[in-house]
Amino acid sequence: MTGAEKVRQAIEEANRKARAALIPYLCAWDPDLETTRALLWALAEAGASVVELGFPFSDPLADGPTIQAATQRALRHQPSLEDFLEFVAGLYAEDYPLPIVVMGYYNPFFRFGLKRFAREAREAGLCGAIIPDLPLEEARPWLREARRRGLASVMLVAPTTPAERLERIAQVSTGFLYYVSVTGITGARDRLPEDLALRLDLCREVSPVPVAVGFGIARPEQVKMLAPHAEAIVVGSALVKIVEAEGSRAPEKVKRFVKDLVSAAERS
Amino acid sequence: MLPNKQGKFGPFGGRFVPETLMPALAELEEAYRRLKRDSGFRRELAWYLREYAGRPTPLYPARRLSEALGGHLRIYLKREDLLHTGAHKINNTLGQVLLARRMGKRRIIAETGAGQHGVATATAAALLGLECVVYMGAKDTVRQAMNVFRMELLGAKVIPVESGTQTLKDAINEAIRDWVTNVETTFYVIGSVVGPHPYPMIVRDFQSVIGREARRQILKLEGRLPDMVIACVGGGSNAMGIFYPFVRDQVVKLVGVEAAGQGLESDRHSATLTVGEPGVLHGMMTYLLQDRVGQIKGAHSIAPGLDYPGVGPEHAFLKECGRAEYVAVDDEEALSAFRLLSETEGIIPALESAHAVAYLVKIADRLPRDTIVVVNLSGRGDKDVAAVRDYLSGKTA
Ligand SMILES: Cc1ncc(COP(=O)(O)O)c(C=O)c1O
Repeated sequence: MTGAEKVRQAIEEANRKARAALIPYLCAWDPDLETTRALLWALAEAGASVVELGFPFSDPLADGPTIQAATQRALRHQPSLEDFLEFVAGLYAEDYPLPIVVMGYYNPFFRFGLKRFAREAREAGLCGAIIPDLPLEEARPWLREARRRGLASVMLVAPTTPAERLERIAQVSTGFLYYVSVTGITGARDRLPEDLALRLDLCREVSPVPVAVGFGIARPEQVKMLAPHAEAIVVGSALVKIVEAEGSRAPEKVKRFVKDLVSAAERS
Repeated sequence: MLPNKQGKFGPFGGRFVPETLMPALAELEEAYRRLKRDSGFRRELAWYLREYAGRPTPLYPARRLSEALGGHLRIYLKREDLLHTGAHKINNTLGQVLLARRMGKRRIIAETGAGQHGVATATAAALLGLECVVYMGAKDTVRQAMNVFRMELLGAKVIPVESGTQTLKDAINEAIRDWVTNVETTFYVIGSVVGPHPYPMIVRDFQSVIGREARRQILKLEGRLPDMVIACVGGGSNAMGIFYPFVRDQVVKLVGVEAAGQGLESDRHSATLTVGEPGVLHGMMTYLLQDRVGQIKGAHSIAPGLDYPGVGPEHAFLKECGRAEYVAVDDEEALSAFRLLSETEGIIPALESAHAVAYLVKIADRLPRDTIVVVNLSGRGDKDVAAVRDYLSGKTA
C-alpha cells in the first residue's frame, strides 16, 4: 500500500466507526527527539488516526506564536531531514502503527532535493508531506515526485480560496485535503468562523479525497461541533502548548487530552 | 517582458506563500496592471513625486571625488539622498500607498529593518490619511530607536517582533502573518524588490523612475550612455530602479554591490548573490544565505539597510544570465568611502550607498580614462552619523 493510501485508509477507518479521524500535530525535536518519540506513542495509544509531524524551519510564516516557539526549541538541536527520516524509519522498525506525514516549509525540501526526498521518504516509511508555502502554481515538481513514490501530497485550501480554484486544488491533493478553518495563522482560538460547517460541507462535495479541517481547533467542544462536517480534524497548537508547559513529562498529559478529543470526534 | 505570467524571472521569483494569500496576490496584480495604464493614477503619482518627494533628483558630477580617485573618470551621483525622508524608499511607498488607496484598503502594514522603509511608509500613510502598522525586529527597535520615534510621530504604530533573530527577516515574517490574517482590509507595502509576485515587479516599476531620469540626464550632460552604473544591493530596490531602464543598453555595465560585512569568510556578512545559494524565502525563489539543511542564516552589515539574507529574484536572474555583475565590499571599505565622499563632496552618504561608492574607489585605478560612471546615491547619512561615531571611537556599530 502507498503512503497516500495508508493515510486515506486510516481516516476512512475512523469514519467507519462513526467518528471524525483525529490528526494531532507536533513539532519534531520539541523539546528533544526522545520526548517526540514518547509523544508519538502516546498519540497512538490515545486513538489518533494520522500524525502530522513538523520539521522545524527558521522562518515559519504560516505559524502563530505557539508553534514559532516550538520551532525555536527544536532548532537548537540543528536537525536535518536526514535525521528526520532516520527517526521515522526507526519508529516503523518498532512497528509504530500510525501513518506519519511531515509538515514543513519548502526550502529544506528544495535544498535536500525533491526527487531524493521522495525516494528516501518512501524508504523510511513516511507517508506524505504538507508544505504550507507551496501553493498549486508552484507545486508541480513536488506533485510529480510524490506521485511517483506514492506519497500523500496534502494540499491546503483556505476561506479565501474561490470555488473554482478549490476544485482544482482538490483534484491534485492526495491522502486528504486540508481545509484551513480561519483566514490567518496557526494557533488556538476561542471562536471559529460561524460559516465553517457550511464551508466544509461545500468543500466535501467537490473533494475526491477526505477533508481535514485545521488551524485554531483546541477544545473538545470544537471537535464535537466539527465532527459531522469533516472526515478529519487537525489539532496542533493546543498540544504544543502542553509540550511547552510540561517538557519531557508531556506524553501522559497529551495522551489524556487526545483521548478526550478522540471521544469528542464521535458523530453522535 | 519579465516576469512571466507565473511571476518568474527565469527560475527565480514566483509565489511561495500560504494559500490564503493567493487570491489577494492575484487581486493585487490585477489592480496594479489596470492602474499602471490609468493616466489618472500615473498623473497622481507623478504629482506627489514632484511636489512632495522632490523629483527629479539631480545627476551630479562629482568632480572632487573624481580628482581624489586620479582625475581620469567622469563620475556622476544620482542624488536620491535629496528626496523627502532621505532615501529612494519614498518612490516606492508613495506608489504602493496610492495603489492601496485606489484598491479601497484603509489599513497599511509594512516591515522595516533599519527603519528607513518604515519611516517612508508611515510618511506616505500620513500624507494620504491611512492607518499604518510597522513591524520591526525587537533588536532593531533598540538599535534604531530614533526611527521608531519618527514613525510614531508620523502616526504609525510600531510593533516589535520578538521571534527568530528579531531582525528584518523576522519582521517580514510577522508582516506576512498579519497580512494572512487581515487580508481583506489590509495592504502590505513591501520595502524592496522582494516577496511573492507581483511585488518584485511593482517595486521595480515604482523605483525605475531613478533609472529613467538618470538615463535622460546623462544623455543630456554627456551625449552618450554611461559605461557603468553602480548601486548597493540589500533587497535590491535602488539597484533595480536604476538598472532597469539600462538593461537593454548592453554597452552599459551594471554592478550591484553587496555588503561583505566583516568578511566573506566570517559568516558576518550580507553578500547573498556573491556567496549565497538558491532557495525559497518570503514567497520567492532566489539566492539566500542558508546553511546546509536550508535554514536561513542571519545577515550582517554595518549598513542596517543591507542586512538581509535574501535578495530580489530579478537580481538573481540578472546574475545568472550575466547581464549584471555582483560584488561585495566590507564594513571598513564602506566606512572609508563614507568619509571620502563627506570630505570631497560635502555629501554624507547613507552607509548603504557608501558601499556603491566604495566599490568605485576599489576599481577606479583599473578603469580607462573618461569612463563615465553613474553611482546611485540611494540615501543620506544623517541616520548613520551616531553609529559611525561609535564605531570610529572603538565601540561596535
Ligand atoms: C539608503 C538606503 N539604501 C539602500 C537600502 C537597501 O535597500 P535596497 O537594496 O532595496 O535598495 C536601504 C534600505 O533600507 C537604504 O535605506
